[in-house]
Amino acid sequence: MIGVIDYRAGNAPSVGYALERLGVDYRLVANGDELSRCDRIILPGVGAAAATIDSLKSAGLLEPLTKSVRDEKTPILGICVGLQILLEHSEEGDVAGLGWIPGNVKQFTGPLRVPQIGWNSVKVVRPHPLVEGFPDAGYCYFVNSYFATPSNPDHVIATTSYGEDFCSIMAHENIVATQFHAEKSGEIGLSLLTNFSTWNPESMSS
Amino acid sequence: MLTCRLIACFDVLKGRVTKAQQFENNIDVAPAEDLARELYEEQIDEIIFYDITASVERRPIDLDTVRRVARQVFVPFTVGGGIRSVADMFAVLKAGAEKISIDSMAVREPDLIRQGAQEFGRQCVVLSTQVRNVGLRAGIPSGYEVFIDGAREATGLDAIDWVKRGEELGAGEIVVNSIDRDGTASGYDLEITRAVADAVSVPIIASGGAGTVEHIAQGFSAGGAQGAIISSILYSPRLESQGLKNLGVEEIKNDLADRGIEVRPFLNSGLH
Repeated sequence: MIGVIDYRAGNAPSVGYALERLGVDYRLVANGDELSRCDRIILPGVGAAAATIDSLKSAGLLEPLTKSVRDEKTPILGICVGLQILLEHSEEGDVAGLGWIPGNVKQFTGPLRVPQIGWNSVKVVRPHPLVEGFPDAGYCYFVNSYFATPSNPDHVIATTSYGEDFCSIMAHENIVATQFHAEKSGEIGLSLLTNFSTWNPESMSS
Repeated sequence: MLTCRLIACFDVLKGRVTKAQQFENNIDVAPAEDLARELYEEQIDEIIFYDITASVERRPIDLDTVRRVARQVFVPFTVGGGIRSVADMFAVLKAGAEKISIDSMAVREPDLIRQGAQEFGRQCVVLSTQVRNVGLRAGIPSGYEVFIDGAREATGLDAIDWVKRGEELGAGEIVVNSIDRDGTASGYDLEITRAVADAVSVPIIASGGAGTVEHIAQGFSAGGAQGAIISSILYSPRLESQGLKNLGVEEIKNDLADRGIEVRPFLNSGLH
């Protein structure tokens, strides 16, 4: 059973509809008790990093989520802001992140329009079960003004270019995350959710 | 590279998509959820849904239809019409929309833009504007005035002043909807689209008037838009009488690509 974290700053229903279409068992999770009954977690996100962390805290979800991901090594997929808060620090509001993946979140600078909104090409740079069957230039839907810069290049699974190259899929142990909205990236995004629903991090050799 | 977006626009009346001309004489097209499913399968890039009478009738948005459409589309989905408060925005997001479009209510209560951006992030707040070419006059230095309530009410606001204010307040995208061109299939109003694109730095969406692929291409090139709203070209029953024909999403995208416009390529094979 996948638990989709349902908190004020998230778009859990959209993720739920996508899983429903795929026939994947899921529940929307709004508290720690419900979370403990899930063997996989999706952390969706829209909005600002600070508001996202605050609303996880005020829902009493931060502690059980940390226990599940860090101690029990439950597989988790972070989406959009749900990716950005996994790192140590975000320039957005100058806030500390969860620090589960080393690195920071920076703002786009340069002449292009911000936020980046639309379909951009995702280039896989490192094999990972999450991106099995992913096309060479898969187009996915992005909405972001900030982007992740993981300190360890081994954690970068795919990159995308918007003025500069940035990390669009990130992975570390039982944690995977997409900067784009996998649940809103058409059939390509749905295939990634399917891959996540069967992914077993322990079977990976690395 | 970020591609140019093709956005299907649903003017929804009682759960059904309709097609208007200059905001009047709506004719029936299809149930919203059926058309949504069809267009998703045709690989439309995005769908925007307006509950077109909610604002005028001062009633809440039709959340049942929003939910039914959201279940069919795994591409971005924007919803507008009748949104008066942060609580209304929250309800629409929880029904499965990613973005909220505000239009008439933003003019009446500009702080709604700021509140929405603060609560849900600016990427969530789309400012839609109904603009009409009224010629240069006092208080309207751009020659384009903002209208509300289905183009029925003039506001005295200059279009350029208003979109700049909207951006300052926190709008993450701006739709430039030409009342003069709506449903006419005579091309976007490129002059105001370009003027808005030059005035603000958030993404711009051209709306009103696309009848041919050339019109869409012009919206991106001469108009400077990042997204193009289309509806007549996809499904208006009137288009034939205007000497034009309805086209599928794939046809439109292939033609745009031939014209050098970067679009999300059509994906041929199923992935799973």
